[in-house]
Amino acid sequence: MAAILEIFAAIPYDQILVQTVNGIVTGMILALVASGLTLIFGIMDVVNFAHGELFMLGAYMGVVVLATTGSFWLALLLATLVIALLGAALQIVTLRPLLGRDPLTTILATFGISLVLQNYALWQFGPVARKIQEPLTGGFQLFYLEYPWYRLMIAGLSAVIIGAFWLFLKYGTWGIWIRATTQDRVMAQAMGIPVPRVHTAVFAIGAGMAAASGVLFGPLVGVNHAMGLDWVLKAFIVVVVGGMGNLGGSIAAAIFISLLEAYASIWVSPAQAVIVSFAVLILTLLIRPTGLFVPTPK
Amino acid sequence: MTADALINPRSPAAWQGAPAPVLRTELLTVRFGGLAALDDVNFEVGCGEIRAIIGPNGAGKSTFFNCLTGVLRPSSGRILFKGEDITGLSPDRISRKGIARSYQITNILPNATTLENVRIAAQSRRHGWSMLTHHSAYGDIIAKAEAVLESVGLRNKARELAANLSHGEQRNLEIGIALATEPELLCLDEPTAGMSTAETHDTMELVRRIAKNLTILIVEHDMQVVMELAHRITVFHYGEVLAEGTPAEIQQNPKVLEVYLKT
Amino acid sequence: MSAVHTPIEALVTVDNIHTYYGKSHILHGVSLYVGAGEVVGLLGRNGVGKSTTLKTVMGLARSSQGQVLLAGRSITGLPAHTLARLGIAYVPEDRRIFRFLTVMENLRTGLDRHGVTAARKRELLDKVFTYFPVLAERRGQPGGTLSGGEQQMLAIARAMMLEPRIILLDEPTEGLMPRMVSQIGQIIGALHRDGVAILLVEQNVPLTLEASERIYIMEKGMVRHHCAASDLKVNDAVIHQYLGV
Repeated sequence: MAAILEIFAAIPYDQILVQTVNGIVTGMILALVASGLTLIFGIMDVVNFAHGELFMLGAYMGVVVLATTGSFWLALLLATLVIALLGAALQIVTLRPLLGRDPLTTILATFGISLVLQNYALWQFGPVARKIQEPLTGGFQLFYLEYPWYRLMIAGLSAVIIGAFWLFLKYGTWGIWIRATTQDRVMAQAMGIPVPRVHTAVFAIGAGMAAASGVLFGPLVGVNHAMGLDWVLKAFIVVVVGGMGNLGGSIAAAIFISLLEAYASIWVSPAQAVIVSFAVLILTLLIRPTGLFVPTPK
Repeated sequence: MTADALINPRSPAAWQGAPAPVLRTELLTVRFGGLAALDDVNFEVGCGEIRAIIGPNGAGKSTFFNCLTGVLRPSSGRILFKGEDITGLSPDRISRKGIARSYQITNILPNATTLENVRIAAQSRRHGWSMLTHHSAYGDIIAKAEAVLESVGLRNKARELAANLSHGEQRNLEIGIALATEPELLCLDEPTAGMSTAETHDTMELVRRIAKNLTILIVEHDMQVVMELAHRITVFHYGEVLAEGTPAEIQQNPKVLEVYLKT
Repeated sequence: MSAVHTPIEALVTVDNIHTYYGKSHILHGVSLYVGAGEVVGLLGRNGVGKSTTLKTVMGLARSSQGQVLLAGRSITGLPAHTLARLGIAYVPEDRRIFRFLTVMENLRTGLDRHGVTAARKRELLDKVFTYFPVLAERRGQPGGTLSGGEQQMLAIARAMMLEPRIILLDEPTEGLMPRMVSQIGQIIGALHRDGVAILLVEQNVPLTLEASERIYIMEKGMVRHHCAASDLKVNDAVIHQYLGV
């Protein structure tokens, strides 16, 4: 009896609760990044290897606008819009002509774009990391930590953005067009839906969401040209675990994986906790390759 | 037995008292969820016969072929080939037992020559994992492949890349590849699909030539091909055998007419 | 070069089209026409190219030769979404409704177009719900939960939302119960009365002879026979030759 009590006493409740909050915060940002990725794949079968770079450029845009105007919110807004436009331009110029070809072709194309964008950022901004000042400083007491308000704000904002997008998908005209095109591209065309434009719009939206995530995450880490790499890898894991093309699944998977990692980092270093993500990925591919959070395929 | 049957053991009249069938299915059933793609199909074909399988879309013809060749595992029932139960065997084992198939969508190797396509199939009949023997050492196999090309009328295109053949020639190459595995039962899946009238005629001649030593099952929509080539016809409908008989019998069968003309 | 003697008022003209799937030569020079408001039947066995003909008209299959005209204007090679806006609606074999969209959302894919007033949208919806009351009942349900017959109705209703000048109907009665088959026949009649032209591909001979004014019969990728529907009866030798066994 005493042994059981001992075990219970040894469980670090405060750490677990702190990590739960951390996990949700990171999970929401990851969800925002992954949503764009899974959407793009779901509708046009494009694996967008440049997604992390759109995230990174969004963060840099945020730096620039913040430096010019001093407003974080303006930075968030403008970065999202500008990178969305950049995404649209990239899709029209490089991906539209490749429609219908071997998927490998588009993978190479987006990979090429990612290299170009990374090196552009390096050339333009130099190797030294930049900082975005968070709009909200200070924190509240969460057990042994002073937990920054800003982190909660990010989670909230991400949720708002994803929620707004979900509403758009459900009720807007373009939302219906996007969903119809994702389900059956040919019949969508036959119904008069301008499918090439819908593809561009979705790519732009995905890019915008990635950019927004970049700005939101900017204050937590330094903004540098390689910051996209970590995130895109995690985002791909989320997309696979959540079911490719499945928006709800991605969000669930993002939070699930982030929580697991956060809990793991109680006992091991955060760098090692990343192993958890890969373990989940491997398990998914072995047991349920269509996605852990996808209902059994019919 | 008529005089015709005496002279030509392959003529329809010859197997009015046919020996044991080369292929038989017993209550063959395939279910996809609640849908029975094949429903208790009892089917028999005798040695040397050319049997056409016809029926509307979704009647189960391709599913039937998929079962025979091991691509699909039936939900219940048996398939007996030369008296041996082959139900559920893997496709490569079934191929070695002597059943070959050509496909509706051409399945050749486009970057290999016509001869190589057939040679690779012919090689499968020789056991062994010798990865180090150069193919030029397989003299007998090459001779075999060339003979197959001769029988499908592609001898003069032996060195040509398969991708450069015309559609009709590619379809015939498809048949050649199946032939090279030395089958006893050949399943042809819509061999004249997408062909012009002239090409169809050539393929019909081809099938007549190779039929002398084989049993052939042929799924077709082109009624002219079916009526002229087949000894007997089996009509599938909604996963069941609706009717079976000679071309003349089938053309008069009221149930078949109803299915095709929906009267 | 066209051997079709087309009246000037033909709404859709198909002129000597050759369509391939890869190397498979499916259409060997198909020519036909449909007049404004006409119901034209296209018969033939499986695999002769009837569906491919419809797909070529709809821009979903590319013809390597020949042309397709809409009211005299060439539409060959235009993408399907442009053709839908120009007034050609397509109801494919196996329906292909959007399974995860609700009935209402399926209809909206055709309804949400430029230049359609809210009032007109109301009108169109009312019309379609009158034709197909069961769709009104199920308007909030996902398309995939409808029965086969209901999905067929939804596919036709969705096409009607485009206010098309011509509807390409591919085997609408396939897999349906006899009761539903006669319903489809009635719907075709109602569309005809509304002045919509229909190019009807079917395996059901009596229904087609009943509904159509003219009939084309195809074999092996070509049109082999063309006459008024009234010239043909079900037990006609021609029907048996091209469609029977």
